[in-house]
Amino acid sequence: MKSEKKNVLELERVSMRFGGLTAVNDLSLGVPEGGITGLIGPNGAGKTTVFNVITGFYKPTSGSVSFAGQAITGLPPHRVCKAGLSRTFQNIRLFHNGTVLENVMTGSYVRQNGAWWECLSPFIFRCAAIEEREIRESSLALLDRLGLAAQAGVLSSSLPYGAQRRLEIARALATKPRFLLLDEPAAGMNPQESAELLNFIRRLRDEFELTIFLIEHDMKVVMGVCEHIWVMDMGALIAEGAPAEIRENHRVIEAYLGKPDDGEAGRCK
Amino acid sequence: MFVQNFFNALGLGALYGLIAVGYTMVYGILRLINFAHGDIFMLGAYFVFFATIQYKLPWALGVALAIGGATLCGLLVDRIAYRPLRGAPRISALISAIGVSFFLQNLGVVVFTGMPRAVIRPRELTNPLPIKDIIPLEFLQAGRIGEVRLIPLAIWVPVVSFLLVAVLLWIVYKTKPGLAMRAISRDIETTRLMGVSVDRVIALTFALGSALAAFAGIMWALRYPRVEPFMGVIPGFKAFIAAVFGGIGSIPGAMIGGLILGFVEIMSVAFFPHLSGYRDAFAFILLIFILLVKPTGLLGERMEEKI
Amino acid sequence: MSNGTRNAILNFLAVGGFVYFLWWAPENLDGYKLRIINLIAINAILGLSLNLVYGMTGMFSLGHAGFMAIGAYVSALLVLTPGQKATMWILEPMVPWLLNLHAPFLISLVLGGAAAAFVGCLIALPVLRLGGDYLGIATLGFAEVIRILIANLIPITNGSLGLKGIPAHTDLWMSYGCLGAVLFFMVRLMNSNFGNVLRAVRDDEVAAKTMGIDTFKIRVLAFTIGCFGGGLGGALLGNLLTTIDPRMFMFIQTFNILMIVVVGGLGSMTGTIMGSVFVTTMLEWLRITESPMTIGSLRIPGIPGMRMLIFSLLLIAVIIFRSQGIMGTREFSWNWFFGDWGDGRKAKGAR
Repeated sequence: MKSEKKNVLELERVSMRFGGLTAVNDLSLGVPEGGITGLIGPNGAGKTTVFNVITGFYKPTSGSVSFAGQAITGLPPHRVCKAGLSRTFQNIRLFHNGTVLENVMTGSYVRQNGAWWECLSPFIFRCAAIEEREIRESSLALLDRLGLAAQAGVLSSSLPYGAQRRLEIARALATKPRFLLLDEPAAGMNPQESAELLNFIRRLRDEFELTIFLIEHDMKVVMGVCEHIWVMDMGALIAEGAPAEIRENHRVIEAYLGKPDDGEAGRCK
Repeated sequence: MFVQNFFNALGLGALYGLIAVGYTMVYGILRLINFAHGDIFMLGAYFVFFATIQYKLPWALGVALAIGGATLCGLLVDRIAYRPLRGAPRISALISAIGVSFFLQNLGVVVFTGMPRAVIRPRELTNPLPIKDIIPLEFLQAGRIGEVRLIPLAIWVPVVSFLLVAVLLWIVYKTKPGLAMRAISRDIETTRLMGVSVDRVIALTFALGSALAAFAGIMWALRYPRVEPFMGVIPGFKAFIAAVFGGIGSIPGAMIGGLILGFVEIMSVAFFPHLSGYRDAFAFILLIFILLVKPTGLLGERMEEKI
Repeated sequence: MSNGTRNAILNFLAVGGFVYFLWWAPENLDGYKLRIINLIAINAILGLSLNLVYGMTGMFSLGHAGFMAIGAYVSALLVLTPGQKATMWILEPMVPWLLNLHAPFLISLVLGGAAAAFVGCLIALPVLRLGGDYLGIATLGFAEVIRILIANLIPITNGSLGLKGIPAHTDLWMSYGCLGAVLFFMVRLMNSNFGNVLRAVRDDEVAAKTMGIDTFKIRVLAFTIGCFGGGLGGALLGNLLTTIDPRMFMFIQTFNILMIVVVGGLGSMTGTIMGSVFVTTMLEWLRITESPMTIGSLRIPGIPGMRMLIFSLLLIAVIIFRSQGIMGTREFSWNWFFGDWGDGRKAKGAR
């Protein structure tokens, strides 16, 4: 790969077939540490499938995925999370019967040391009780940093749409990731909200020392925030480079930007 | 003995299959285990009992009335207990179905009393077939088949069952309402948008399933000549297992599942008589086995949640 | 007076009042009423354990009767004296090692629960890979297999004759003591972060996996704990009724517990206890419809089957018209009781 920084996530010749359908075909890509990298492409290009392969929901038919030098191919999702990758979903997936705070606390569970039965007595299991309190406090602090502290006790499904997206990110951050995958973070946002999103994503990267890898259809967001972009079409890579290069690339324009209608249609999913 | 067991198993399996078809159709469309299905089967048996034995109606009329009555009950169950829950979580409808099942059983106890009643069978169905006149005894002995005693019923049950399923397959695959059924099982919302009256098609599904269950109930009452309010519980469970085994949603699968279950039950008891106490457990063990090895059943399609 | 002080005083009064009731009741109430009060506690334990599995973790289990049976048989076989056991097995001789196995009541309760939990865990490992209603039907199947095994393993269980003459160890102190312990356990568990995790697995399994939660392990764990509760309830029940046989643990037993949980509100412990009071007393009260009645000079014969008929209608009505039950997912608290809705958490549930 030609980027100067070290790649923290590498996909090596990954293919994903469902029966006769090839969703991802012989894909190799790298994501540099500390950067904001975009994955774009027309509808059905296989972008979300790539995310699902990385986060362990699909075991690739062939090829390998490695994270920080360690192979994570085919690990179950919870192990992938433990390794330091976290993600959000295209269609927001919150724990809708829980409060905002409970959602974030659930995210902290993966880093919790106390066993489940230690909650029974705060007197016998002092460490567990202290840890439990710390989780509550750090979760509140996290909500505060993302501007959700006022809604901590509110049912998560009653939040406005934009706040739900932010909560999903907060919950992902609670797992203390090094690497964050965002699946269409701007979907359903109005132009002003997506403009704010640009700064928000940069702030996340800087404040939480993250590497960010995102799928997005909104070209303003992609061009505005990404430092490096991979372009997929029909399950294969067709281009990569800095935003300026991608904008000029003929294959990309043909496959994607050349027909602006495609980009718009992608939002309706 | 073997031939006799074979026909026993064929008859039992065909009946399981016939009930299983009703389960599989409703599940295929609504993703609902219609627990009340076995009790519709029970009602069919009771209706024919009352029509022909209590009120001495001719058998043909009695059977028609029983099937009409049971179909109506199936429609009512759908209308009252399931339709209000179409938008609710699937488990709500399932709990409602369990409630309906208990309701029908106890309605049976209240109305028909809990005592089993004997069904007097028409002569023509029970006089042993003159097998020895058709197949020479020497041939039977040569094949080590031994003495066979068959009554016409043992042949009629599988024949009628297969015919009914053939008719059902024709309805589902060759008619317009059948097309609508298959469409709903793929995607209920889109089908609704296409202007199909979904509720009516679902009602038709319940009607067909209930009619088949009533047929099965009538034949069951003739085979094991008695009726009682809880007679639908165990066959109902087993038929559902048969439906899962064959691949839920698939009508041929339900029939195959029913036949396999019938053969497993009859043959295992025939070969290992000391296991007869565990007979009712076989079906459940078979279920657990298939769910672990191939959760979609023999002919089922894979369904995956989109992430 | 701050809310905190008020609540502490009220808690003290409520618990004190209840303990006084437990002390007062055996002297002043007849055996039938005492039995119903005991049954309320046992049904509440069973309901809480099913609620943990179904309401809180979202696993639709229909196998509770099977785990109750295991608990009841293990406990009964341990508390029966060798003398009693020697005379009870008529059909086939008892296995010799069982004859002298004996344990005090409390230990038999724990072992009954543990045996149910062990079997539950073994069953969970294969079955919990299934989802939704398949899980329901598979657990129902296992419960039925357990029941058939009990009916056929005559040298161990005395088959369909059942076990008789179990000492009536279950009294109000025992049943409500166990209920208190179960309730304490559940409240601590559900208010901890582990409770959040259970609810997360119920609400969205995919998202829970993404949060690093081994959802399968969590489900097996919750199921096993629920089975322990089922076994404990069954053991208490056996020692209350003094007679157990395989027919006691048919599907209808699970149905009654399911009814308690649904009526009370899925996911609410307060609701389960209220549901237990309601359902247990209803089930007893409806018995009058099945026995002959005399109103003035009018004699009405009892109608068998009427009790469950009304009861199943009630279940259908609840699920259609008020599917959240009495409490929804809310829990009781004094603040809620006095209408202080400051804590937003308590206001949820009323969808």
